[in-house]
Amino acid sequence: MTRSDLSQAELHRYARHIALPEVGLEGQARLKAGKVLCVGAGGLGSPLSLYLAAAGVGTLGIVDFDTVDTSNLQRQILHGTEDVGRSKLDSAADRLRSVNPHVEVIRHEVRLSAQNACDILSGYDVVVDGTDNFPTRYLVNDACVLLGKPNVYGSVFRWEGQVSVFGTKGGPCYRCLFREPPPPGLVPNCAEGGVLGVLPGIIGSMQAMETIKLLLGQGNSLAGRLLIFDALEMTWREVGLRRNPNCPVCGDTPTQTGLIDYELFCGIRGDDDAREVDGAAPIGRMTAAALAETMSGGHAPFLLDVREPWEWAVSNLAGHGARLIPLAELEARIGEVPRGRPIVVYCRSGQRSLNAARRLAVAGFGPISNLEGGILSWAQDVEPGLPVV
Amino acid sequence: MSVPVRTLFFAAYRDHFGVSELDVELAAGATVADLVSELRGRGAPFDVLPAEPAVAVNHHYAFLDEPLGAGDEVAFIPPVAGG
Ligand SMILES: [Zn+2]
Repeated sequence: MTRSDLSQAELHRYARHIALPEVGLEGQARLKAGKVLCVGAGGLGSPLSLYLAAAGVGTLGIVDFDTVDTSNLQRQILHGTEDVGRSKLDSAADRLRSVNPHVEVIRHEVRLSAQNACDILSGYDVVVDGTDNFPTRYLVNDACVLLGKPNVYGSVFRWEGQVSVFGTKGGPCYRCLFREPPPPGLVPNCAEGGVLGVLPGIIGSMQAMETIKLLLGQGNSLAGRLLIFDALEMTWREVGLRRNPNCPVCGDTPTQTGLIDYELFCGIRGDDDAREVDGAAPIGRMTAAALAETMSGGHAPFLLDVREPWEWAVSNLAGHGARLIPLAELEARIGEVPRGRPIVVYCRSGQRSLNAARRLAVAGFGPISNLEGGILSWAQDVEPGLPVV
Repeated sequence: MSVPVRTLFFAAYRDHFGVSELDVELAAGATVADLVSELRGRGAPFDVLPAEPAVAVNHHYAFLDEPLGAGDEVAFIPPVAGG
């Protein structure tokens, strides 16, 4: 790399970087030559892409297919109030261009899938995982291992976050750490569980820092270490990681040499909803349309809402006889659930209610059905205009 | 002789189990796998613990066959997906 890679305007812009012995002209030119893919332009993707753009990473790819919603703005500082309703990629591209016009933003307006992941990832040096769901995290991990790309990992939950670097040569991967996905319903997503807005700011900034160190080839990376952050206690816990020689993707003799169906792998879709429930009634799957039809036919099941009271306050199915027992209170209030009567459990998207349905099945209730897609599906298919959060 | 270990739960595990710490007595020679099956055997809410959870013994990731000693700190690392 030579000085000629950077224009006068760029030399001025990056002066505080170039003054660092670990960066200098050569390092700044490396950043300019660097190609980074941010998967997700949300809570983590916001600080991440803003800092990487400001730092002068020359090519910044972003994968997202969502649109900006008002409820995003408490943490997704890439987007502004005037962007509500726009595609996140349009909003991100405008904002990043304003932060640094020397950066080329490449838009991937798709849902990352086993079919397109390798094509998209292969054009980049470093992949940064800022997604919000398990299937995509496993997909990003596996694709990075297969392609030999470092995967800068970060995730957040309420007040807690995790950061690491996976997929480096000889280092562990996400699957070494989390061999199997959690049972659906154990881990609520941010929409259901909440997240303090500053938290992804902190974790995403750590990811940006690790990405820049990887591009520069400076310092000790987080490869082989997991940091767990607790914002309420304001503590960082470091856990030493190691590659699992039996890991199905990065182990000594990998058993998985291509990408798989990650939604099925994570139990989000498929016909095995009743698995793990020994001797209990199987859990039925009910669509919103089927539920509406059942109720109009006069066969009203006991309708159980297991969301939080604040979600119930925004909208609910009380007009159809629904009762609220938040998931966390189900054990204590199980006496309020009638026995010997069909039960339909619902939540926001169908995850927590599946957890509740399994518990009720184990406790001998039944027959039990889970409202697929939750009240979101109900609002979409049966009651348009119902406000949902 | 029994082996007392201190288990820690974070994030979704803590919320789900309602505790952040638990002292568990294990038989001599017990491994991480024995601790996991002891907890899972307690039934709800501990039965949601995966059979192969991510576990750190004294701040280092441990495989299931790792033996546990008296006073070990065993942290259960929950999978977290939010972004
Ligand atoms: Zn691995």
